[in-house]
This record gives sequence, structure tokens and C-alpha cells, in this order.
Amino acid sequence: MNVELTLPSRKHEDFRYSDIEALRGLWPILPEEIDVADGEEASHQIVETGADAVARQLTITLGKGAKFDLRVLTAGPAFGRIAVDVRLGEGADFTLGAAQLATGSETLEIVTEVTHTALNATSAQIIRTVLAGHSTGTYLGRIAVERGAEGTDAEQSVRAMLLDRTATANARPELEIYADDVKAAHGCAVGELDANGLFYLMSRGLTPPQAKRLMLQAFIAEAFTGAAGEEALSEAAIARLEAIL
Amino acid sequence: MTMLTITNLQATVADKPILKGLSLTINPGEIHAIMGPNGAGKSTLGYTLGGRPGYEVTGGSVDFDGQDLLELEPYERAAAGLFLGFQYPVEIPGVSFVQFLREAANAQRKGRGEEPLSGGEFLKLAREKAGLLRMDMDMLKRPVNVGFSGGEKKRAEMVQMGILNPKLAILDETDSGLDIDALRICGEGINAIMRSVDKAVLLITHYQRLLDYVKPDFVHVLAGGRIVKTGGADLALRLEEEGYEAVVQETA
Repeated sequence: MNVELTLPSRKHEDFRYSDIEALRGLWPILPEEIDVADGEEASHQIVETGADAVARQLTITLGKGAKFDLRVLTAGPAFGRIAVDVRLGEGADFTLGAAQLATGSETLEIVTEVTHTALNATSAQIIRTVLAGHSTGTYLGRIAVERGAEGTDAEQSVRAMLLDRTATANARPELEIYADDVKAAHGCAVGELDANGLFYLMSRGLTPPQAKRLMLQAFIAEAFTGAAGEEALSEAAIARLEAIL
Repeated sequence: MTMLTITNLQATVADKPILKGLSLTINPGEIHAIMGPNGAGKSTLGYTLGGRPGYEVTGGSVDFDGQDLLELEPYERAAAGLFLGFQYPVEIPGVSFVQFLREAANAQRKGRGEEPLSGGEFLKLAREKAGLLRMDMDMLKRPVNVGFSGGEKKRAEMVQMGILNPKLAILDETDSGLDIDALRICGEGINAIMRSVDKAVLLITHYQRLLDYVKPDFVHVLAGGRIVKTGGADLALRLEEEGYEAVVQETA
């Protein structure tokens, strides 16, 4: 069953920073549905390294005790939007590791809605964004904990690195909790590469782009740690970083 | 030919003059020590020679092995054979020493038009230099300086120096934060790596104790942004006994 999605409107605050025209050009999109049955495990990778605009919507349902590991690399599209809706059943586990790398006037966004519907489900999201030029990178992440979802453990770690002062990073973690005994942690930081670290690396002979690439590689590494395709994801990310720097 | 000729060097940090006409000549095969009170400009000298952003040269010149050092970017200085040992080595989470040093060594080799080291060649070299500093290879597989003690960081600096094999090492307070054993190991490491007729060392230090292990040919006293006194190894002993103030005033 495919539900037709409504084009997000600019009135909606979530899309204040988005490139609505680019999104309209891609609309309507069909949600990609993933169901992981009770007790099953699955993983999926989204790698968008082409230059064309792209918008994808994943709708994921995790049964009792199901586990799902999702990795995302968006590095190249002029406009790239990856939206992920996840509903977790009792004791289910969801992991998202995502990196988005942008330059020029590219607009990249990751929009998640993670809903804990029953007891003791866990979710962890790691989002790393690297932005150069006049690019915009956005993370909107909503965690909903429904009535009866006691024992929820939900984490968001969101970090963005600005390579130029002209780039824009938006991060909006959001929590909506209707249960007791819930752990929900979110960390969010926007920063620049550490100048001391860069000088240290360059004083050993690395060129400025090499030094930056090494530090950025480390910055995004966490998003891909433990992934089945960790090496391929890192290589694709490094190729894009080298092009950006 | 001299290795390093600093002539009337003047430098500012945040518009504040720190080096005020410093001159110093270092020949191949020599070990020089620069001592001086806090705020004299010792670390500024190291950073200025290394090309750290924010350390602005406002006058004077520096010739390194026939090249205008001040015209070179930090990475070009490294490729030309300059090594700067940091007083506070920087922690870089997520980047392993092995990866970083192999890339650095090969970047330098590329800058000099040499063939890159293979993974195997590099590991052999790293193992050998780590051994000199009695450092376990496993530590070099860890992220750069992360979770290292003060002494481990300084030993790791010396391992880096061994791997990168510079012509001139400027070591900024390599002795600070070291216990007695680590001090001896670092001192012996400096001798093993840098005591050579075609290499030279500039030790920046507060204390004479490192000089017990690395005997300098010349000791300079830096005060107020200038070198105010130069002598042999015995000058360091006198400074230790009489203090900077007495020795500096004597010349003034």
C-alpha cells in the first residue's frame, strides 16, 4: 500500500531552510517501505553521490525485537533529501548513521521521525554534516515516545562542521514523550575544524587539503562505524571530501 | 654552509611584539639550547620558525639550508627538513598515528620528489623508531595523542621525529611533563635520531636537566625577545645556580 505524500510547504517551519522549488520538481515521491518482522535483523544503505537532485522517503516498521541498521551517505546532489519514518515495536532496535557532505549552493537534509510505540525499544542516530561554500545542511529529527513505551532509550548525536563561514547548518532535535522511565539523549554541535589540530598535522608535512581531509574523515567516521559496507562508505565519502576541499 | 641563519627576526602575536631582533646561526652537527624566563619569547620563536598562523613576522630574515624559510608554508618547511616538537602535542580523535604519519612521511617524500613508502616499509620504520623510544607499536595504532599521558605524548613526538627524519629539529620544552625515566628515554632518543654531522637541534627549555642527556654545543639566553647571552654547556649550569636575572643583568 502506497500512501501519497503531501509536499512539505514553506509555511511549515521544518522547511524554512529547504530548497522547496527543488523538492517540488521531484514531487510526488513514493515512500519506500521496509518491514522487519518480529525477531528479524536487517540493514540497508543509501548512497547518493550523483549530482542530480534526489528526494527519498523511507517508511520503516520494526516488529517485536526486530533490529534495523541504516546508513546514509549524501554527497554530491544539488538537492538531497532523505526522510526516514521509523516505528519501533517492543524491544526493537534502530540505528542510523548518516553523513551529508555539501559544497557550492547545494542543499542537503535528513529528516527523521522515530516513534517508539512499545516497551524497551532502543534507537540511536548519528548524523555528521560537512558544509563548504554556500551550502546548507539540515537535520530535523523528531523522537516520539508513545504512551506505554516505557523503557525507551533514544539517542541523537548531531554534529556539523562548517568549512566556510558562508555555509549554513541547521539542526533541530525534537522530543515528544508520553511515557515514564524514558532515556532520551541528544547532543548537537556546529563547529569549525580545530586550528591547532590543523597546524599540528601540517607541521608534519601534510598539505592543507590533506590535513583537513584527514580531520574530516575522522569527523564522519563515527557515522559508518560497524556498518557492513563501512569501507566502501568511507571511500565514497573521502572521494567527495577531496573534491570539496 | 650554515643550516639555519636567523637575522634580526621580529615577530608579533596579536599585534604584540614578542621577538625583537633575534639573531642566531646554527651549523650542521650542532646542538643549541635556548633558555630563558617565562614570556621571553621561546615558544614564539619555535612557532614562528614552524609557520604557525597568528605568528606574524614583521622584520628580519630566516635562511634554512639555502631557502627563505619565511616564504614557505608549514608543510613545505616540513618537507624541507624542519621538525617542530610541540610543548603541548595536539590530540586528534579518530585519526590514528600510523595513518597520519604514513601520509605525512609520504607527503614530505612527494614534496622532495621521492617515491612513497609502502605500507610494509612504513611499518618497519615506525616499529624501529618506536623501539628507540621504548614505545609499544600498539600505541601508534591509537588516535593521535588521545588518552596519552604527558610523557607518552612527548615520546610520541620523538617517534614522529625519528620517522620523519628531519635535518633540523626545534624541540619546544620536550622535557616538560616528563618523569625522570621518560626524560632519559627522550634524551637518548634525541641523541640517537639527531646526533649526526648533517643534522642539528634547537632545544627550547626552562631547565638544565634535559641537557644532562643531550649535551649542547651552545647555550643561549633569550630575554625580552632577543638573545642576550651565549655560552657553552657550562652556561646552563650557571643559570640553574644563579638564575636568569643575575646572568641577564650582568650583560645589560
